[in-house]
Amino acid sequence: MTVAENLALGNEPKTKWGFLDRKKIYNEAIEKIARVRAPIDPSELMGNLSVGTQQILEIARAISMNAQILILDEPTAALSSFESNLLFELIEEIRESGAGLIYISHRMEEVWNLADRVTVFRDGQLVATSKKNQLTPDQVIKQMIGRDVKDLYVRNNRIIGDVVLKVENLGNGLKIGPVNLEVRAGEVLGLYGLIGAGRTEITRLIYGADKIATGSMHIAGNLVKFKSPRDAIVQGIAFVPEDRKIQGLFELMTLSDNIIIASLARFVRLGFLALRNIAKAVDTQFTNLSIRASSVEQIVGELSGGNQQKVLLARGLQTNPKVLILDEPTRGVDIGSKNEIYKIIDSLTKSGTAVLMVSSDLPEVLGMSDRILVIRDGVVVKELLAEEANEENVILYSSGLASV
Amino acid sequence: MNSKETVSTKFLTKRQIVDEIFVKWGIYIALLLLVILMALIAPNFFSVKNGLNIAQAVSINAVIASGMTVVILTAGIDLSVGSIVAASGVATVLLLNGGVPTVIAALVAILVGALIGLINGAIIAYLALPAFIVTLGALTYTRGIAYSMHGGPVQIAGESGIESIGNGSIGGIPMPVFIMIFVYWFFWFLLERTKFGRHVYAVGGNPQAARLSGIDVKKVLMSVYVISGVTAGLAGLMFASRVRSGQVTAGVGYELDAITAVILGGTSLFGGRGRIFGTLIGALLIGVLSNGLVLLGVPIYTQLMIKGGVIILAVAIDTLRSKR
Repeated sequence: MTVAENLALGNEPKTKWGFLDRKKIYNEAIEKIARVRAPIDPSELMGNLSVGTQQILEIARAISMNAQILILDEPTAALSSFESNLLFELIEEIRESGAGLIYISHRMEEVWNLADRVTVFRDGQLVATSKKNQLTPDQVIKQMIGRDVKDLYVRNNRIIGDVVLKVENLGNGLKIGPVNLEVRAGEVLGLYGLIGAGRTEITRLIYGADKIATGSMHIAGNLVKFKSPRDAIVQGIAFVPEDRKIQGLFELMTLSDNIIIASLARFVRLGFLALRNIAKAVDTQFTNLSIRASSVEQIVGELSGGNQQKVLLARGLQTNPKVLILDEPTRGVDIGSKNEIYKIIDSLTKSGTAVLMVSSDLPEVLGMSDRILVIRDGVVVKELLAEEANEENVILYSSGLASV
Repeated sequence: MNSKETVSTKFLTKRQIVDEIFVKWGIYIALLLLVILMALIAPNFFSVKNGLNIAQAVSINAVIASGMTVVILTAGIDLSVGSIVAASGVATVLLLNGGVPTVIAALVAILVGALIGLINGAIIAYLALPAFIVTLGALTYTRGIAYSMHGGPVQIAGESGIESIGNGSIGGIPMPVFIMIFVYWFFWFLLERTKFGRHVYAVGGNPQAARLSGIDVKKVLMSVYVISGVTAGLAGLMFASRVRSGQVTAGVGYELDAITAVILGGTSLFGGRGRIFGTLIGALLIGVLSNGLVLLGVPIYTQLMIKGGVIILAVAIDTLRSKR
């Protein structure tokens, strides 16, 4: 369906003969789009638009219904910063028109900029509702995680060992590469870059998920070649993808199945699965990662984002990786679980795991990494040690404003 | 951790509990109610003899439906099974009549199914063509193969002992019922107790995640069609043995009966959800319904209308369930 048809849905104007009044649909759409100030053609097909633009149109529809109360649930999750700003302007207008807004978000700064009152929920329970001018951001975070904010990120003195993964001239023959990097035992290597810089693509190449055109990889000094993720897992690489629902979870399967699925081969005895050993292994992960669920037999689709993320982490860890690749490990995760995931990552480094962490959350990259590689246009443009990296220089290098 | 770790319990509302029971046990309850209903209104329904009749009557469909379940769990479909029943049956009977030992002729029936399944699976998995179209093609060309082997029905000549597969019994229980029970027992182990079984559910639930979890998705996809071919071949053997002949027109529409049993049994057409014993109950449900309607003297056209309604009802339930 076109943009105009979507906007008219449920409230279609009819001609006097009872047919759809296409002209009116089109003209009304132009008006509605004008109200949200988005450069969108009403005759464009909805499916051709980006998720962000679709979201803006959803809001246009909501506004055109003249709602008294508008509920927005994580509205910026799929928006670019330009689209987000547009949304914020619209929210101001709606507020001024006298309507009430309920804005649900896990992004602190958004809540802080928009809200008059702030309500915090934790583990499905109301913690507090307060006027914003009586609060500080730190207090809100404390309400959210139930403890002080200063130790959100966890980096206890790391003991960094030998190079575990060495990547040379890796590329896909298109926009990615040549990439050179090394990850050492007990180290968190942060990969930062703007959206579209090629961070995820690089990790997918390393993991064997996409086809490699050039370059070579060594694990603990041995040359390796991966034709598929299976080869990578066998050689000791685990990968936690950025999009949980699409690339990670089996939402219909149990927590136990989800955790064990990548390492089943180790639990086969005479052709059958050794269920007791599986239960033991799963229980260990369940406890170590403090996953909150009714049991390991709960269906994963029913869990919260943070617990789902921990399940994926558990799946990776269950393969006993030498190198753990984390792509956006805390995206869409509440701040309490974030802290727990950071603790898990930090404790992994203690046992000598090499962690390669991709993130677009700059404080996270700065707070967790021992070294940071800045990615732009599919290559590493700058390496920064934790001590020398700060928000400013990382952003400058990633946007290409600073010359290397 | 300085905060107390709490494990949140799963709170269920009354509505959710009802849903849960409905989803997990709905098919069993439906079968039970239907049996009670038929026992009350249909003459001669409730007896051991009639029970075995029903079990024997559904055995062929149930065997086909077992392999179909595995296919549908991967969000696939296999429309070629009915034609495989014909081709494998005719092949076996022709070989028997040509003097080939019984055991080998019987194995050929299964081999024919496996081969068609392999072709289906290879095309679907490695050329990424839609299963519906590929197996629709196979439905047609396999029927053609059956005709090309023989122009019409061919009787089993002489005594080969193969008839006992479809007609024999052990301790009063017909052989086809034994085969059916064995097949379901086997598939239960395959799906619930092996790596391959977990992989089938994973591929059906989320193929992208399956690949990133190190599963050879294409190999799994190909295998399920081989499995479906094998069970269809076995069903072809059972059918030929039962009617003591190879019938080129055997198995027409069997793919739909099998799919109906699978869906009735609670396996989702969208993949990743379902249980093998649900399918067995689904097949029995259809059997009890047909048997009861026959005993009640309901005309064949009314029977067809009722069966059609049941299919739509089953798919409606599946769709509603998936939307929850």
